[in-house]
Amino acid sequence: MTDSGMFGARGTGDTSGYGGLVRTPAATGSSQRPYGGYFDEIADDLERAYPEFSLAIERVVVDRGELTLHVKREKLVEVAMILRDTLKFEMCMGVSGVHYPQNTDRELVAVYPLLSMTNNRRIRLEVSVPDSDAHIPSLVEVWAGNNWHERETFDMFGIIFDGHPGLTRILMPDDWAGHPQRKDYALGGIPVEYKGATTPPPSDRRSYK
Amino acid sequence: MTTFDPYAPSRETTEGTVFSVTGGDWDALVQEIGSTKEERVVVNMGPQHPSTHGVLRLILELEGETVTEVRCGVGYLHTGIEKNMEFRNWTQGTTFVTRMDYLGPIFNETAYCLAIEKLLGITNDVPERASVIRVMMMELNRISSHMVALGTGALELGAITPMFFAFREREIVLDLFEMISGLRMNMAYIRPGGVQQDLPEGAIPKIRDAVKLMRKNFKDNTSLLVGNSIWLKRTQGIGYLDLAGATTLGITGPVLRSTGLPWDLRKVQPYCGYENYNFDVITADTCDVYGRFLIRMNELEQSLRIIEQALDKLELLEGAPVMVADKKIAWPAQLALGSDGLGNSLNHIREIMGTSMESLIHHFKLVTEGFHVPAGQVYQAVESPRGELGAHVVSDGGTRPYRMHFREPSFNNLQATSAMSEGGMIADIIGAVASIDPVMGGVDR
Amino acid sequence: MGLEEKIPSGFLLTTVEKLAGYMRKNSLWPATFGLACCAIEMMAVGSAAKYDISRFGMEVFRASPRQADLMIVAGRVSNKMAPVLRQIYDQMSAPKWVIAMGACASSGGMFNNYAIVQGVDHVVPVDIYLPGCPPRPEMLMDAILKLHEKIYDEKLGTNRAQIIKEVELAAMNAKPTIQMKGLLA
Repeated sequence: MTDSGMFGARGTGDTSGYGGLVRTPAATGSSQRPYGGYFDEIADDLERAYPEFSLAIERVVVDRGELTLHVKREKLVEVAMILRDTLKFEMCMGVSGVHYPQNTDRELVAVYPLLSMTNNRRIRLEVSVPDSDAHIPSLVEVWAGNNWHERETFDMFGIIFDGHPGLTRILMPDDWAGHPQRKDYALGGIPVEYKGATTPPPSDRRSYK
Repeated sequence: MTTFDPYAPSRETTEGTVFSVTGGDWDALVQEIGSTKEERVVVNMGPQHPSTHGVLRLILELEGETVTEVRCGVGYLHTGIEKNMEFRNWTQGTTFVTRMDYLGPIFNETAYCLAIEKLLGITNDVPERASVIRVMMMELNRISSHMVALGTGALELGAITPMFFAFREREIVLDLFEMISGLRMNMAYIRPGGVQQDLPEGAIPKIRDAVKLMRKNFKDNTSLLVGNSIWLKRTQGIGYLDLAGATTLGITGPVLRSTGLPWDLRKVQPYCGYENYNFDVITADTCDVYGRFLIRMNELEQSLRIIEQALDKLELLEGAPVMVADKKIAWPAQLALGSDGLGNSLNHIREIMGTSMESLIHHFKLVTEGFHVPAGQVYQAVESPRGELGAHVVSDGGTRPYRMHFREPSFNNLQATSAMSEGGMIADIIGAVASIDPVMGGVDR
Repeated sequence: MGLEEKIPSGFLLTTVEKLAGYMRKNSLWPATFGLACCAIEMMAVGSAAKYDISRFGMEVFRASPRQADLMIVAGRVSNKMAPVLRQIYDQMSAPKWVIAMGACASSGGMFNNYAIVQGVDHVVPVDIYLPGCPPRPEMLMDAILKLHEKIYDEKLGTNRAQIIKEVELAAMNAKPTIQMKGLLA
């Protein structure tokens, strides 16, 4: 169920904005074949090169002209190696973390956009892990550029990458407590003081859905 | 309370003795180090340093003048922009995003707005005039960013005059930015759906004159540095990084093109109508600092070519809209110069207050609430002066981003410092870092 | 007026304070503390391309804090950078002044969050606050000129101790911003 358009009541119909900032991202199902464009080729090549395709890939989503493969974390390194060597996805454009607190057991997600310069293609890998056991195998051996990206995702979300050569904080001070970009970490702003009144920081202001 | 004496020459820490060198005390330092019997010295080129582009901390392990290990410490400019944007509208995000890579604000904005347009599905509805203006602004920004890279790179290697020339050219471009968008830097000019406002009257002849002037002025820097034997000795063979190293480290931009691979997103995965412009992709095959320097100098000329073609197209598209037609997304950008600065033009106010109730509602809803973007995630990349700038945007169907992550080229490119500099001398680290052209605002976000 | 007219021409009378202030303001050397976007505008001012601070003798941005009098904090100061900022300020030798350039240095700017110090006056004492995002080079030069006037009027010796006491007393008795009424009264 996706939102479109601006108008019309949603939820309780309360448009005063005092409901607070509540986020509920929609869940997407798997896409059906044919995927369109070069995505079918990629899916076929991957199935041919990696026999355990159906065990490792949980979901294939084609949305807005982009292909996303949801991979199980145990098989991540194998899939990555095959994508790099056989399907020629030489470059990984980094790791992006997302936190979905309402998806129980799949809260933390690491997204790896991949680029194939030989074939001029882009796909995306997604790995979901539960909050209680936030471990993902590190891909530094496959693409060395992920070194700092995994450190950043650890710093910001608390996902621990097993096998990383030196997983420390990179953006926050070394002794910082907490992982700032998680949804349960406050924005940390202070009320701005004017003569006789204060303005609340952006996280405490009223919001419109 | 332990007192920290800022003038103390040395202090003991858990890691060993830390020496503070403040000038004029080299002999005392050498004596103290000699007494510790350490061969290797760990030197901190701290976050405050004239030669590290912004707040970059380089931790060097030296053996004499040779560098055995170099590590980068980043994060001294971390601003939490990505988390901040989760509490602001999609349109307000432009002002945040523009300050990430502050030397190429237009590129940040374009990557962000293209990603939102992809999520909205209006990529083909963005008017052509808006796309052409975007291309022109991006190429102008590429010129100004390369000028800072060349100027500061030359300054750090000891050449002071190129900095004057480079900043003189940059002032020409900044004047154009001010005329078009109102600000010299951090313009927030590109909005989801188009651009903020159309070009002012008389802009196109002014830009043409500026292009002519810049073409003439670029010769100053070229004649000063290209072929200069001192410059060649400082830059040739320094900071070597070949194609295998570049691909595994995820390096893009002039550093990748200096290995000989003509990978430019404007050519291979065009956006904003780049496929309709004639320009060349500049490469070098020396994989060193000199190659990257030549690439940047030659990309300036290619940018001027693109700007001239964009101006020709703009003259044909006189009077076309610069914002997407869908009123539920288009930011009301009918602005005019009022007595207190800039405000909505009287015609627009007459329309929304007098004639059209719908316009009033659209204006109100857009400014207070913002538009909704359907749920999903996209990754949109543009070719910034430093490499591939990618925006990974996740939306939950609301008026604010759910998660906004930027893949900054400098973040990956800086990882190459170790590969480029270890085994060389300290002065070569400066050259290598200057050739990577990192912008710490983008690295730390 | 006064004694200068009556004495035969060739004598110029002034006070030690004014002489010291004149000397100090005309040989102010900034320390490089460019952090973010404001640093680029500061470089535009310092690079003598169009806006030029060598007209004040200030184009020499000293790398070593020992040789610098003025620290222009240009850009946003993150929590990781704040101890470094304080250390550089401590390493500068007196007399020293600080200009907080830009909105982020003055008050945290648009970044009201966990990562940015909301104003460098939490870390170092500031003499001039310069708003703008980023401030135009002319604005930076105007701030420097105002700082020059402030330095020129600085007192020495017992006068200085007295002024410090007066300023402190005024600050202790001042009404906090939240209790001022302004236009809400």
